[in-house]
Amino acid sequence: MENAHTDERRRRILKGAMAASGVGAAVGLGLLAPRRALAAWHEESIMARSVDKGLKAYLGTTEFERSDGVVIDAPQVAENGSTVPVTVESSLPDVRSITLYVEENGAPMTSIYEFGPRGQPYVSQRIRMADTSKVVAVADSGGKLYWNSRKVRVTIGGCGG
Amino acid sequence: MRLSRRDFLELVLAAGAAGGAGLPRRGLAEAPKGRDWQGIPEGFYDTPPKGNVHLLHFSDIHGQLKPVYFREPNVNLGLHDFRGKPPLLVGEALLEHYRLERWRPQAHAFTYLDFEAAAEAYGRVGGAAHLATAVRRMRAERPGALLLDSGDTWHGSGPALWSEGQAMADFQKRLGVDACTGHWEFIYGDRRVEELVAELEGAGTEFLAQNVLDRDWLEPIFKGYTLHERNGVPVAVVGQAFPFTPIANPRYKIPQWTMGHRLDRLQQQVDQARQEGAQVVVLLSHAGMLTDMAYARRLRGVDVILGGHTHDPVPAPEVVEDAEGGRTLVANSGSNGKFLSVLDLEVRNGRVRDFHYRNLPIFADALPPDAEMQSLVEAAYAPYQERLSEVVGEVDGLLYRRGNFNGTFDEILARALLEGRDAEVAFTPGFRWGPSVLPGPVTFEDVMAQTCSTYSETTRTELTGEQIRAVLEDVANSIFNPDPLLHRGGDMVRTAGLRYAIDPTRKMGERISDLEIGGEPVDPKRKYVVASWADVQQPQDGPQAWDVLAEYFRSRGTVHVDRPYVPTLKGVDRSNPGLERLA
Repeated sequence: MENAHTDERRRRILKGAMAASGVGAAVGLGLLAPRRALAAWHEESIMARSVDKGLKAYLGTTEFERSDGVVIDAPQVAENGSTVPVTVESSLPDVRSITLYVEENGAPMTSIYEFGPRGQPYVSQRIRMADTSKVVAVADSGGKLYWNSRKVRVTIGGCGG
Repeated sequence: MRLSRRDFLELVLAAGAAGGAGLPRRGLAEAPKGRDWQGIPEGFYDTPPKGNVHLLHFSDIHGQLKPVYFREPNVNLGLHDFRGKPPLLVGEALLEHYRLERWRPQAHAFTYLDFEAAAEAYGRVGGAAHLATAVRRMRAERPGALLLDSGDTWHGSGPALWSEGQAMADFQKRLGVDACTGHWEFIYGDRRVEELVAELEGAGTEFLAQNVLDRDWLEPIFKGYTLHERNGVPVAVVGQAFPFTPIANPRYKIPQWTMGHRLDRLQQQVDQARQEGAQVVVLLSHAGMLTDMAYARRLRGVDVILGGHTHDPVPAPEVVEDAEGGRTLVANSGSNGKFLSVLDLEVRNGRVRDFHYRNLPIFADALPPDAEMQSLVEAAYAPYQERLSEVVGEVDGLLYRRGNFNGTFDEILARALLEGRDAEVAFTPGFRWGPSVLPGPVTFEDVMAQTCSTYSETTRTELTGEQIRAVLEDVANSIFNPDPLLHRGGDMVRTAGLRYAIDPTRKMGERISDLEIGGEPVDPKRKYVVASWADVQQPQDGPQAWDVLAEYFRSRGTVHVDRPYVPTLKGVDRSNPGLERLA
């Protein structure tokens, strides 16, 4: 049961990553280090039940500071909670990874992006959101962690005058 | 637009005067028909042209090709920063704000006051043929005038629905609309919209929507703006479709299109139009007036926003200042063909220097029908006339829909759903379209005008008490949100079988309380049978809402019109200028 769930989650993540490579301008162009991104599964982070635990498992720390150098673009109100378009980019130097979380999802971590030395820290993907939540992005810039967040509302819909 | 403070004040006063106080007070064309209501004065439609750029605007006709009655609300709450501010004013408070006199045609057009008697006195409003006469007259006096339509034109009546919007596109072509945008237009599905848009374009009517993009590639589906050279002045019109269409209406009808405010893109469109030489930039919007005013504060270089969606007619525009001190005129023209806005701009040395505005009520009895448009309307009705003319029942009171919490027509519709679908609770969406019906016979046409859409199938489902509460919270969070950019429009969902209290001033999750079903407190865990219609998630196969409503009338003959149920209102003082006579 547990394994089936994990597999399903992996498949979903893989699907997300594939979609991202199709959608994002920079992501699919070899700037991402694919071997590391797809080979290392970071099982513990991905399955973590909180943002803190996920970060701790992946990066070994939960110490990070808020930065305008991490820019998240996502709709204020999702048109469809099942596929919410989100882009993250960073102007910070030496960005080695960007991790993305949906705070209110059962398993908040949605993705890990690792960048090679010449990588452009820009990612674009669709995420699945169960409910209104903050979307959190954490960038590892030269070993220090910076984050930003953006609220995305998921609504029942209907009732447009 | 750059105006000095003094200019600005003078203009506002001028606009106020043009809106009503300046109308002739003596020499009425005819004796008053109603109790105290004064007749329509001679020269009511005299609007001497001024300036060199002329804009004519209407919105939210909702398929009403024939004249109708439409009662404006007595509850249209302004909260937080918007308390007592236009357009969230009703009745006496609205008259006072705009210095309109009671018992005059304008007072009837813009308010619910003494509605039945006034409606008897002034007759029906709107109608394609009467609107066409007004447009023709304004155009004759204003060569080069641009005619703009903010959308919700293709939907709302039997002929509009059954012709999949064709009857309304034909109306737009005949009227000579220069540019339009959309919202309920999209319920016909992407392919049909593209078909009709191509047809309109061929006739010189542009469908503009800068914020409708391909879901994957974010490429525009429609033109964002057009440039029109009028009387030597380049005028840009930028279109903004209803940003929440894929949330408020079925996304599955337009699966590949995404919308949203797209304000960065909107600013780019404005900047680009300016670079191409536009001296006047007009935003043709279907976002709702409060949202339009929020746009005006954020955008730069927009002179005028003419909008719709929230069905709030204003007698004078709001002048909104942006961060850099530029001023934008914002006006909404109301719904159901009831109004035609006439905005004259004086543009000199590349800038708007002055404006004159009137939002003219279209009184069908005071404007003879345009013969050509009349025959178009008759042709559009011909295939359906027999079905639409059926008298399904009779009512002993006024039927109306508009208002934040309920109306008499929705009260009956909710009861019809409860009974017709054998449920414990009924929900009916707080749509703002749907004309009013005076006491007397109710026709199938009236029923269609309250219920018609491409997804009007009724549903019967089980929801837990907690889910029912969540529905109410979700809708309330849209209507009463302090941030106008989160307003989806519409009014509170109407209910039967369910009672509750609402404090609209609170936050998401805290507004709704004291829920009762069948007189008992709601159990959050228990499942209740809920009837509803117009589901936006997926196609349904229940009986159509119009059949359920028509059957309710047919089975009774005469339906007594009660005070509509309104929830217990908390946190809002009785002196709120958006609240009068709450039952």
